[in-house]
Amino acid sequence: MKNVRILLAGIIFGIIMVKSEAVSWFRIQEMFRFQSFHMYGIICTAVVVGAILLQVVKRSRLKNLDGNVISVPLRDKLYKSALLGGIIFGIGWAFTGACPGPLFVNLGAGYSVMIVPILAAVLGAFVYGLLKKRLPH
Amino acid sequence: MNLPDILLESWPWYFSGILLGILVPLMLWLGSNFGVSGNLDSICGILGADRFSDHFKFDLKDRVPNLIFVLGAVFGGFIAANFLTADGYSVAISSATVDVLSSFGITDVEGLQPEQIFNWSFLGTTQGLILLVAGGFLIGFGSRWAGGCTSGHSISGMSSLQLPSLVATIGFFIGGLIATHLLMPLIFGL
Repeated sequence: MKNVRILLAGIIFGIIMVKSEAVSWFRIQEMFRFQSFHMYGIICTAVVVGAILLQVVKRSRLKNLDGNVISVPLRDKLYKSALLGGIIFGIGWAFTGACPGPLFVNLGAGYSVMIVPILAAVLGAFVYGLLKKRLPH
Repeated sequence: MNLPDILLESWPWYFSGILLGILVPLMLWLGSNFGVSGNLDSICGILGADRFSDHFKFDLKDRVPNLIFVLGAVFGGFIAANFLTADGYSVAISSATVDVLSSFGITDVEGLQPEQIFNWSFLGTTQGLILLVAGGFLIGFGSRWAGGCTSGHSISGMSSLQLPSLVATIGFFIGGLIATHLLMPLIFGL
């Protein structure tokens, strides 16, 4: 049952990503050229709404469907890797016009060639795993 | 079947933003978390990458919910593109962007994606290899090095006010701006 619910959440995510046009290569080019507010509006609204709801969840000590009190997963306090990896990621985001979610959403939307950047991204993750110990974090 | 217009038209940014914001606590409530790029590690693990690096030694069972989420995202993309898109739909990008793209030779700005780029024959060109293959590689390498992508860092991480996520998001934009303003004019000039 849990997996069915998560599948539904994924379907909703995919629909939002297409209908918001956040999966569109055009929108990403426009965003990085500061020629429209559209993408900034989406990201900022999502962060503000998410922040408010997470505060409510935290204060009410709401339990998740597994019966555990919901806690927000904490990110590792690694700033060098966040910045350097982030810059590398950002270049790929602009090139493909997609971040990892949209790569998969676009595949579903009928752009079969997206399987190529997906496989390239898997290879990129693999090479990171090999080089991890030699990279600054 | 007549669907309400709001389903067929592109959604305003605030509507999409509110829905994405709701997804963050919703995923926690479902007993998972909102993040996509970790699945790239999971796929490596499934393919046997644990033989090459301890980084891929994890219990695949813990990874199943997020993999199912991504499978759902593929279905969602299919549903939206086939049943929730009006005929003759195009992304209404600004005329300034249309001008820049046409200087790159991207003259077909109809539809959701540039047909000149999102097709198999473009892969056979130098530009195609750089944008789609190298671009994909950098997404995988960079997001795993940064410990997350736009969903995990920029939306989940920033809405829980975590400093590493802000730093990562600043990095995403530095990289994106370098690529857009310095690299892409060179690539399309090849």
